[in-house]
Amino acid sequence: MNDVELGIVIALFVIVTVMGFLAARWRRNADSHSLNEWGLGGRSFGTWITWFLLGGDLYTAYTFVAVPALVFGAGAIGFFAVPYTIVVFPIVFLVASRLWSVAHRQGYVTAADFVRGRHGSNALGVAVAVTGIVATMPYIALQMVGIQAVVEAIGISGHWPLVIAFVVLAAYTYSSGLRAPALIAFVKDTLIYLVVIVAVIYIPYKLGGYGKIFDAAAKALPAKPSHGGVTLKQSQYLAYSTLALGSALALFLYPHSTTAVLAARSRNTVKKNMALLPAYSLMLGFLALLGYMAIAAKVAPVKGTNGKPDSNTIVPMLFDNQFPSWFAGIAFGAIAIGALVPAAIMSIAAANTFTRDIYKPYFRPNASAKEEAQVSKIMSLLVKFGALLVILFVNVQFALDFQLIGGIIIIQILPAVVLGLYTRWFHRWALLAGWVAGIATSVWMLWYVPNPLTNHKHFGGAQWALSHIGMHTSAAIWIGIPTVLINLIVAAVLTPLFSRLPRGVDGTDESDYHAEAGDPRVVTMAASASGEVAAEGG
Amino acid sequence: MAHQAPHSGTERDDHLRRSGINLRPANLLLLIPLIGTLFPMFYNRDSPRLGGMPFFYWYQLVWIPISVAVTLVVYRATRGDR
Repeated sequence: MNDVELGIVIALFVIVTVMGFLAARWRRNADSHSLNEWGLGGRSFGTWITWFLLGGDLYTAYTFVAVPALVFGAGAIGFFAVPYTIVVFPIVFLVASRLWSVAHRQGYVTAADFVRGRHGSNALGVAVAVTGIVATMPYIALQMVGIQAVVEAIGISGHWPLVIAFVVLAAYTYSSGLRAPALIAFVKDTLIYLVVIVAVIYIPYKLGGYGKIFDAAAKALPAKPSHGGVTLKQSQYLAYSTLALGSALALFLYPHSTTAVLAARSRNTVKKNMALLPAYSLMLGFLALLGYMAIAAKVAPVKGTNGKPDSNTIVPMLFDNQFPSWFAGIAFGAIAIGALVPAAIMSIAAANTFTRDIYKPYFRPNASAKEEAQVSKIMSLLVKFGALLVILFVNVQFALDFQLIGGIIIIQILPAVVLGLYTRWFHRWALLAGWVAGIATSVWMLWYVPNPLTNHKHFGGAQWALSHIGMHTSAAIWIGIPTVLINLIVAAVLTPLFSRLPRGVDGTDESDYHAEAGDPRVVTMAASASGEVAAEGG
Repeated sequence: MAHQAPHSGTERDDHLRRSGINLRPANLLLLIPLIGTLFPMFYNRDSPRLGGMPFFYWYQLVWIPISVAVTLVVYRATRGDR
């Protein structure tokens, strides 16, 4: 065990814990007991806070650990993270600003709120809510994988540091809500930027330059089980493109992304952030190259709790191997804090979704704003402990496999959410049928994906071999793309057929989609709550 | 749900007509980063290297600032639009 590393990690952890509890008083409004306050930080974050919050939210510790691990194990295909985070922001630029406007005007807290209000369908709202929660749970669990990788690299065995970290995180998320991760995100990102800048200059300097690093990787990769290389094979083109595009389409459909977008103060804040966020992609691109640096430095992954080498430890081990102890300690602290920020936002987002879109419409239509906040706070605890139980008692591999599937599942709400932002042409039941078709074909295709590395015959990955449909090629496609197309086709074909079934009432107005902060027709939280009751009961 | 559906045919058509989409030409610029990065067959090469880095890597990294520039241009062109 390395005492210096451990001491610095503990010190950083204590600092962010204090900040997490103090955040409750940061920028606080008088009426603090509502979801607008606890769950969206008062909907008041400006450009900088939103930038740190979204950056802290989307570029998670798991990303920092897993992307270099993928590059280490499989080579060029792992660099998909770069086109993925390049294309996501231009795509989302238009969509997120419309969602912000309509949510601002109507007091929506989640994407499922919007779907319910727009399509006038509780059932469709619940489908979107459940999809969001199911896709988020393994994502929270994976953040613990990031912490566990650090713990193993320091040389501590056992799960107790993870349990302590999550109990403390749960406590300050409960008391401070979204303000806690928003404040801690400043520390997280400052540390991460520092570590990455130092790493991409200092480590190549020690290893003899980027040329030598890539040459070493080019020599070592073909011998690995993945038979990778520093450039793609022709058969990987389709997988690379669809994985990047699909991951980008999925990213902003996750509840935690919506939460951070809706916490912004204005429509322009959202738009400006879509232009500024790619700064993180630059960092991620260099971070991915740490995988090759690990190959060149001949770093070996630590054996995980299941006795197999855990490739997720490759980045912490590289730091441990290359940096002096005190700086490795800072780097480890950055990864650990990098796990806490998204885990907090994800649990808040999942809790808000449960409260607004399952609990309220089905169990307590008259719930007050205060009751909503209380239910969300308790749910955020349950969500985190659920994720902890998965890691402790089920299996890390389960969370890993499930997270791959998460993007494929969440993309199935795209027609209801994204197309819903632009048109009401689709019938609510046709959208629901499309969602069922998309989920069903996804599960069916995933069944046929083996993972040779773990000896799993089914649900072993997100890439579906085209040879299944008789094509003589080793190319594969990211499952979410064809299945969301099936989803769309079903919704489009059924819409005219369902024309005799009653359409839901649209709770939104066309002018809502362009509203900016300070709009006089903003529906306040209280008014929106009673308005929904009237609509649901009417 | 006990909603009466008020959407008669004409109302629905009316709804479609003012669907609130004002697709400004500037928004089409947002396609540029997608075209530049989603077709690996055009940049999947080792040479020319830049500072030891194969073309495949530095080409994609260069697209990050281009993407920022494009999005900023569209942001400025559409700022304050309702």
